[in-house]
Amino acid sequence: MSKKDLGLLILILVVGAVVTAINPRFLSAINLANTSNLVALFGILSIGQAFVIITGGIELSVGSLIALLGTLFIDFIAVRELDWPLAFVVIIVLGAVIGFVHGWLITRLKLQPFVVTLCGLLIYRGVARFYTADGTAGFAFGQNFPTLEFLTAGRSYGLPNSFIALIVIAIVMWVVLHRSVFGRYLYAIGKNEEAAKYSGIRTGRIIIAAYVICGVLTALSAIYFAMYTRSISPASHGQFYELYAIAAAVLGGFSLRGGEGSLVGVILGTVLLQELQNLVNLLGIPSSLNFAVMGGVILIGVLVDQQWGVFRARRRMIEATRQNVAGAPAE
Amino acid sequence: MAHRLLSGAMTSTDTNHPDTAPFLSLEAVRKTYPGVVALDRFSMEVRPGEVIGLVGENGAGKSTLMKILGGVTWPDSGTITVDGVAHDGLTVEQSIGSGIAFVHQELNLFENLDVAANIFFGREPLRAGPLKLVDRARLREMVAPLLKRVGANFSADAPVASLSLAQQQMVEIAKALSIRARLVILDEPTSSLPMAETEKLLDVIKGLKAQGISVIFISHRLHEIERVADRVVVLRDGTLAGTLAKDRINHDEMVRLMIGRMLKEREKAGEATRAPGSVALSADAIRTSTYPDRPVSLELRRAEILGLAGLVGSGRTELARVLFGIDERLGGSVTLDGKPLNVGSAADAVANGIFLVPEDRKLTGILLDLSIAQNISLPNLPAHARRSLVSAGAELATAEKQKKNLGIKAPSVLTRTGTLSGGNQQKVVLAKWLAMNPKVMILDEPTRGIDIGAKAEIYGLMRALADAGVAVLMISSDMEEVIGVSDRIAVMHEGQISGILDKEDFSQENVLLLAVGKKPKLLQAAGGVE
Repeated sequence: MSKKDLGLLILILVVGAVVTAINPRFLSAINLANTSNLVALFGILSIGQAFVIITGGIELSVGSLIALLGTLFIDFIAVRELDWPLAFVVIIVLGAVIGFVHGWLITRLKLQPFVVTLCGLLIYRGVARFYTADGTAGFAFGQNFPTLEFLTAGRSYGLPNSFIALIVIAIVMWVVLHRSVFGRYLYAIGKNEEAAKYSGIRTGRIIIAAYVICGVLTALSAIYFAMYTRSISPASHGQFYELYAIAAAVLGGFSLRGGEGSLVGVILGTVLLQELQNLVNLLGIPSSLNFAVMGGVILIGVLVDQQWGVFRARRRMIEATRQNVAGAPAE
Repeated sequence: MAHRLLSGAMTSTDTNHPDTAPFLSLEAVRKTYPGVVALDRFSMEVRPGEVIGLVGENGAGKSTLMKILGGVTWPDSGTITVDGVAHDGLTVEQSIGSGIAFVHQELNLFENLDVAANIFFGREPLRAGPLKLVDRARLREMVAPLLKRVGANFSADAPVASLSLAQQQMVEIAKALSIRARLVILDEPTSSLPMAETEKLLDVIKGLKAQGISVIFISHRLHEIERVADRVVVLRDGTLAGTLAKDRINHDEMVRLMIGRMLKEREKAGEATRAPGSVALSADAIRTSTYPDRPVSLELRRAEILGLAGLVGSGRTELARVLFGIDERLGGSVTLDGKPLNVGSAADAVANGIFLVPEDRKLTGILLDLSIAQNISLPNLPAHARRSLVSAGAELATAEKQKKNLGIKAPSVLTRTGTLSGGNQQKVVLAKWLAMNPKVMILDEPTRGIDIGAKAEIYGLMRALADAGVAVLMISSDMEEVIGVSDRIAVMHEGQISGILDKEDFSQENVLLLAVGKKPKLLQAAGGVE
C-alpha cells in the first residue's frame, strides 16, 4: 500500500469516526450492508474506468451504458423471457463490443477518447430512451429470479454478495494491473505511449483491451444496478455515474495524464465517495447538497495532495540552503 | 579568508590579456550534493572578449558550474567575483543583472511567435494609452540592430517555427544581447546542428568576441572548440583538470585532460576483425512519407557498420523509422536474410530482430519514469514472465547482467532512468536490445549529447555487435564519428542515397560533397557511386 493509499484510508476512518460520533447509526449493520453494496456497484465500474485512465484515456459513456445495458437486461429477462444466464452473457458481450468499438475508434482512427466517449454518452442514453419509448423497464408483478436475485442483491454471512463480487474482481484486477505483463504495458503506455511503441509494444491492442475491460466491468455493474433498482427509467438511470468513477480514480491517486494510480487507490476512492453520500443522509444535510459536498471534498483532497508535494519540495530546499549557510564559514 | 589565500596559488595565470581585469572570476569554488562532490577547488576567470571552451565528460561538473553562474544554486564555499565585486554566490537576479546570459541546448522560444516578439517577450515597447498595445514599429527598431549584431540572415517578423535550428539559436543570442549580456554561455549549442549550420554559429561566436562580449562555449565537439576558443578549461571529476592557452589547444590534449589518459584510438570503434558477411537487410526502392517520390535502396550486410551520413532533413531518420515499422512504407520491398519481410509495426520489427536506438532518447528511447530493469525488460517482457505474470527475479537478473556488461553507472537496476546521465541512458536503450538477439541494429545519432568516455564505449559496443555478425546501421551527423566508426558510408541527399563510399574513399570532403548532392572524388573512377 502506497503512502497515498494510506493517507486516503486514514481520511476514510477519520470521516467515519466523526460521522459515528454525531450519528451512531453509521455503524449499524443495515447501514454498513447498504453502503458496502453501493461501494461494490460503483467499485466495479470505477475499476473499469481506472484501466482506461491508466492509459491516459477517459470513458465518459459509462453512465449511459449503465442505463442502456440495464434496460436491455431487464427487457431480455422480464419481457422477452430469455434465460437469465443467456441474457447475462449477451449483456457482457455487448459491453465488450462497445468497449472494443471505442478503443478501435481511438487507436485506429486516432479520435480523442474524450470525443469518442462523449458521443457514446449521448448515443447510448438516446437509444435507451428510444428503446423503452421513454417509459420504464421493470419486472411484472410476481416475476422472480431467485438465483439471480441471490447473486446480485442477496447476502452471505451478512455480507452483500455484490461486495464479495467486488472483492474477487478487485483481487483479480489487482494482479492484472500490478503483476501481469499486460498491466506493465498499460503503465508504460500511460507514461509514454511513443516510447512504449518504440519498445515493440503493440500499443493499439493494449489500449483497445483497456476499453474492452472497462466495457465488460461496466456491463457487469449495469446488471447489478438493474437488479438493485429493479426498475429503470432510462432518462435518469445511471446519470453522472462516469463522474463518480472518474472521481473515485482521481481521489485514489490516478493521474488523468495516465501512467499513475493503484487498484487499492480506486477502491478506497469509491469507499470515500460512498461514505460522503452516506454522511449527507445521516447528518441530515439537504440531499440537494450531495454533489456539492462530493465536489468540495475532491477539490480539497486534490489540493492537499498537491500542496503537500510543494511543501515537501520547499522544505528540502530550505534544508539544503541551511546546510550551505552553516557550512560556508566552517571551510 | 584562508580559502582565498589557498586558492590564489591555484588560479591560472597564463592568459592572453594580462592587462584587462577579468569580467568574472571564480576562486576555489566548492559545491557538494548529498554523497557527491560536484565541484571542488575550482577556479577560473573570464576576461572581456574572451572565448572560453569548457569541456569535460558528463558528470565532470559542467552543469553544476552553470547552475552556480546562473544563480540557481549556491556554492558551499569559494568566491565569485563579477566586475571586481566579490560574492559568496549569485542570485538569479544578480546573475542576470551583471550580464550573464545562457543559451541552452533546448531552446526556450515560442515557435508560434515571430522573431521580434520572442526577443522582447515580456518587455515589449508599449504605445501610450490604456490599452497597452504593443508598439510594433518601435519593436522593429529595437530588434534590427540586435539581429545585425548576430549576423542574422532572416527578418524580425519571420515566425520562429520557419527558422532553422542555428537561426533559432541566433534568436536566443540576440535575446541575450538585448539584456546587455557581457558573458554569453552556450551550452552544447551545436549538438543538434548539421554541419553547415554549425559554421554559422561559430561565426556568431567570433562576432560576439569582436564586440567585446565574453563567451563560454560548452561542447563535446572538440574540433569546434579548437576553432573558436582562446582558452580551454577542462573539468574532470569536479576539479580543474587543466587550462590550455590558445597555442596549446588541440584535440588530443583536451581528450587527455578530460579522461586523464591518452585515448589509443580516438573516437574509433576499432577496425573490423572480419570481412562483411551476406546481406542481412535489403531495402529495394522503398519510399517514405516525407519524400514519397524518392525511392531508396540500401543493403545492410552482416558484420558491418554502415554509416548513414547526410544533412539534417535528408530523410535518414525517416528511412530508419520505416525500416523499424514506426512509419508506413509507401512502396518497394524489404527482405531479411533473403526472405520478403513485411514490417507493419515496431512490434513486427522487434519480433524479426530489427532494433532501433532512436534519435530522441528521452522521448522515444526509454521511459524516464521506469526503472533501468523495467526499461530493459520492456521489449521482451513475456520472456521475463510466467503465466503472463512478470517475474521480478528474471527481470532483475537480466538487468543486472546488462548493467555489468555495458558498465551502466547507477546505484541499482531499480534506479529511475530519468535520473541517469545521457550516456548511461543511452546504454539502457542499448541494453534492452542487446538482451535480445539483434540481427539488424539501427542507431540514430547514438552519441548525441554523450561524453567522450561513454562515446568510446558505445563505439566499442557497436563494433562488438558487428563482430558478432549483426548488421549495424549508424545514422550520424558527426563527421568524425561517421568516418571513424563506419566500414562503409552511405550518404543521403534530399530523400535519396546520393552515394556509397568504401573505406579508401573516406574523407570529410567526400561525405560533404555527397551530402549536398555533388560527386565525390574517388580513388577509383568506377567507385561505388550510382
